[in-house]
Amino acid sequence: MPAITFIHPDGKSDHIETSDGESAMQAATRHGLDGILAECGGNAMCATCHVYVDEAWLARLPALADDEDALLEGTATERLPNSRLSCQIMITPALDGLVLRLPERQV
Amino acid sequence: MSASGSSVSAGDAAVPHLDVDPFAMNFFADPYPTHELLREAGPVVYLDKWNVYGVARYAEVHAVLNDPATFCSSRGVGLSDFKKETPWRPPSLILEADPPAHTRTRAVLSKVLSPTVMKQVRDRFAAAAEERVDALLEKRSFDAITDLAEAYPLSIFPDALGLKPEGREHLIPYASLVFNAFGPPNQLRQDAIARSAPHQAYVTEQCQRENLAPGGFGACIHARVDDGEISATEAPLLVRSLLSAGLDTTVNGIGAAVYCLARFPDQWQRLRDDLTLARNAFEEAVRFESPVQTFFRTTTREVELSGARIGEGEKVLMFLAAANRDPRRWDKPDNYDIARRSSGHVGFGSGIHMCVGQLVARLEGEVMLTALAKRIARIEITGEPKRRFNNTLRGLDSLPVTITPA
Repeated sequence: MPAITFIHPDGKSDHIETSDGESAMQAATRHGLDGILAECGGNAMCATCHVYVDEAWLARLPALADDEDALLEGTATERLPNSRLSCQIMITPALDGLVLRLPERQV
Repeated sequence: MSASGSSVSAGDAAVPHLDVDPFAMNFFADPYPTHELLREAGPVVYLDKWNVYGVARYAEVHAVLNDPATFCSSRGVGLSDFKKETPWRPPSLILEADPPAHTRTRAVLSKVLSPTVMKQVRDRFAAAAEERVDALLEKRSFDAITDLAEAYPLSIFPDALGLKPEGREHLIPYASLVFNAFGPPNQLRQDAIARSAPHQAYVTEQCQRENLAPGGFGACIHARVDDGEISATEAPLLVRSLLSAGLDTTVNGIGAAVYCLARFPDQWQRLRDDLTLARNAFEEAVRFESPVQTFFRTTTREVELSGARIGEGEKVLMFLAAANRDPRRWDKPDNYDIARRSSGHVGFGSGIHMCVGQLVARLEGEVMLTALAKRIARIEITGEPKRRFNNTLRGLDSLPVTITPA
């Protein structure tokens, strides 16, 4: 199964295994990772699973949908060009090794 | 309607039939033993009393919520099947709709109640919570439902919507009617509908564009007519959704949180020690008490769900509250734990119909609990709490308390 890395604001990182057909958010919450809140449970409604995608990976992710784009305007920490909602990043074998940075806060 | 008239596809022996009425007063008084019975009987059950299927385990409730093509909403999310009966009011364009119609109206309300909008109203909502706590500290002894759980949302939400000052006393009775009407034709539903005319008249009038103050959520919905996103006849019905579902639900949510924190002083102390837990303390109260207890769906085709065969056109009752305490999903489900990772609970639903106002509810809950915990050392229950009975909503009618200032 593909594995992905979350880097916390303090520089610490967590390398986690994903399960088949799971989103980055689901993998994070399944492992009890601090820093991903996901209040809406992955329904693209709350913007509390915000991540900054490592530049090297950005172009390999699925395109930003309109609803995700609108939600990113309301994130608790500043939206950057590499901002995404981790509930919208479905992990495929092509994303093995993906690196995501966590913001300071989610609400 | 006559429930006895509908056909029963009882051919599947795998589905246990239960003699349980989840809309009876004795059930409402203490639903937990019955929730356990429903969960343990099987993944899918059949309730002979109302001729409906039921799901009470987390996995099946979540599955039904997330398959709207099979388990539709356009035939009503109460017991009444809109294909067979005339709805008591014009159907909701969002709650009682399926894609693609639902997708368009949902997008409008999502934008009106977005995280960006919440940032704009946050300071105002927080200031009103502080003011409410000022007033409660003067009183010391009060009813935590009337003076807190109702008074706070009433002090902000109608203004945020842009409602006129006159007639606001209809708001809670109207919401109570809407949620009673999802139930079966029992006394609660019949009495509510019999008394509905003045409340409906107020709501219909208040949803018109000229009656909504500029800048409010209501005016924002009407503004979408100018962009061509919705029609002028749709806009008032979408405003109606906020009037139906935006007030009584948060009253019961805040009431649930205060009731929890008053009952479990160790959790109150934990919140006082770390105010950043306020938002999760509210979220956990929504899981623990599930202010919205149930919703129905209707099958659009024959479907197999966890081994049970359900025919087309059958009503399926989802026990959200039972799913939120399913031990298959939750560790120590009957504990109120404000530090629990409560994400994934179905108290706000799940999937495309998940509560569109969830951010408003969380904001109100968070700022209210923060304001309380900052300034109050203890909340003591000083009298017997009284329950308010409704076919869908669970909450209290009164909760006498005395507070000690910090």
